[in-house]
Amino acid sequence: MLEIKGISKTFNVGTVNEKQALNNLSLTLEDGDFCTVIGGNGAGKSTMLNAIAGVWPVDEGQIIIDGTDVTKLPEYKRAAFLGRVFQDPMNGTAAAMGIEENLALALRRGGRRTLKPGIRNEERKLYREMLSKLGLGLETRLTSKVGLLSGGQRQALTLLMATLERPKLLLLDEHTAALDPKTARKVLELTQEFVDEQKLTALMVTHNMKDAIAMGNRLIMMHEGRIIYNVAGEEKKKLKVSDLLQKFGEVSGGEFANDRMMLAN
Amino acid sequence: MLNMFTIGELTKLFNALPGAVAQGLIWGIMAIGVYITYRVLDIADLTVDGSLGTGGAVCIMLMLSGHSVQVAMLGALLAGMLAGMVTGILHTFMGIPAILSGILTQLGLYSVNLKIMGKANQAINVDKFDLLVSLRFIRNVPVYKNTILIVAVIVIILIVLLYWFFGTELGCSLRATGCNDRMARAQGINTDFCRVLGLMISNGLVAFSGALLSQYQGFADINMGRGAIVIGLAAVIIGEALFGKIFHNFALLLLSVGLGSIVYYLVYQVVIWRGIDTDLLKILSAVVVAVFLAIPYWKSKYFTKPVKKGGNN
Repeated sequence: MLEIKGISKTFNVGTVNEKQALNNLSLTLEDGDFCTVIGGNGAGKSTMLNAIAGVWPVDEGQIIIDGTDVTKLPEYKRAAFLGRVFQDPMNGTAAAMGIEENLALALRRGGRRTLKPGIRNEERKLYREMLSKLGLGLETRLTSKVGLLSGGQRQALTLLMATLERPKLLLLDEHTAALDPKTARKVLELTQEFVDEQKLTALMVTHNMKDAIAMGNRLIMMHEGRIIYNVAGEEKKKLKVSDLLQKFGEVSGGEFANDRMMLAN
Repeated sequence: MLNMFTIGELTKLFNALPGAVAQGLIWGIMAIGVYITYRVLDIADLTVDGSLGTGGAVCIMLMLSGHSVQVAMLGALLAGMLAGMVTGILHTFMGIPAILSGILTQLGLYSVNLKIMGKANQAINVDKFDLLVSLRFIRNVPVYKNTILIVAVIVIILIVLLYWFFGTELGCSLRATGCNDRMARAQGINTDFCRVLGLMISNGLVAFSGALLSQYQGFADINMGRGAIVIGLAAVIIGEALFGKIFHNFALLLLSVGLGSIVYYLVYQVVIWRGIDTDLLKILSAVVVAVFLAIPYWKSKYFTKPVKKGGNN
């Protein structure tokens, strides 16, 4: 479903801030793989997701989604394949537009935007149905402006928008990091529900190692722009947080995992 | 208060009011164009200072060369859209910040407008040409020829068209682009295209307004667009201040911009009537707009902390 072949990306080339964010990274996801991504700050986790989404072009390598080479496609064209949820709940929705208008935008992802009505009456039934699944009471507030919703509500809505039109690949970029623990739990449950229901292929970046182990069938650990640990299936199920911490310790030369990861456990 | 003015003076003001309303309505179309860039697309587009004049110049020159008023106004609309497209391309394809793109186009348009007119000012005679609107058609004309009525009808038609457009799939993607372009791209919206399209629609309206304005005053002038952005912003802000609490529907918001423009010209008329030095009018407009633009910022900065019991906000 997803094939990343040796991509590299260096930011701020030729300046003192030059940073190689991705270093000849390769990864293959099979159809239905749910892969969690962990790694220290600056390991390149979000950069990898942005490379897939096409936020900027990569320096070298190739990205293939479901047989289509998307390496040269602009971000908005790749969107046809992707569902994305960002870390900041503000980023995934249009605050000044209504809940139903946001959903209508998402329903048309990958389609041509024409002069037909931006939202049709019969869609509203679908939206109410989908929103009621979130269990947040949003189904009665179709026309409310999204800006009035809480961070957790917006993130749940973004998740719904990302999966409303089944994406070939779901990209979750620390999508619960900005939420309080209870809301984060709820959004994670919804994530699992949506992925299971539609049998989605997904990449989920997280700082929480317990979640990384508990969720999905695959796990990768990144360090300095490459994948340094890649487990799947039974082996992943047996993983413990202590194993991951040890692994972190090994790659960062004895230096222990960063504070944020410690706090997350 | 009343006894301070003579009846004659009051009559003078009263006589000037219909003209102010007509002018306000014409500038209202321009302000609606500004609303589309400033509020919907979240771009402060300075192209309008040039494209207003372009609209006037194209309209007058086409009419002087024998074209009908309809053709002339369509030409003005298209010329404005072209100007908007140039700004859009400077901004998206060439990566120049929006505000600078507008300034560059505006500067370029000064030469373009001069070339279109051949000189700095071109007059058109209302008696010899079949104009749609004129300051002569305010009083003592059949109702269907009344400038205020004609422009009001045009404004309403434009609002209906824009309301329809911004409810379509394409219109919604334009709004999403202005609201959150990152989200828009993630939903597969070509944000660059949307920005260019929005700038084209906006400047098309502004040039259309310029076409009406030049007919109304009977001439097109190289300086007619100077400070247009400020008047447009003033209309947007006045409209929001007066009607923001009651108007939420998009069509009504556009209407409030049009009404804001009328209020601006009525106030302007009163200021002139009170005998204020007209040299000072532009700085007065600038100060008023600056203060109103600052109010939301001041509100968020100084009035969001919990106020002691009984306080508002």
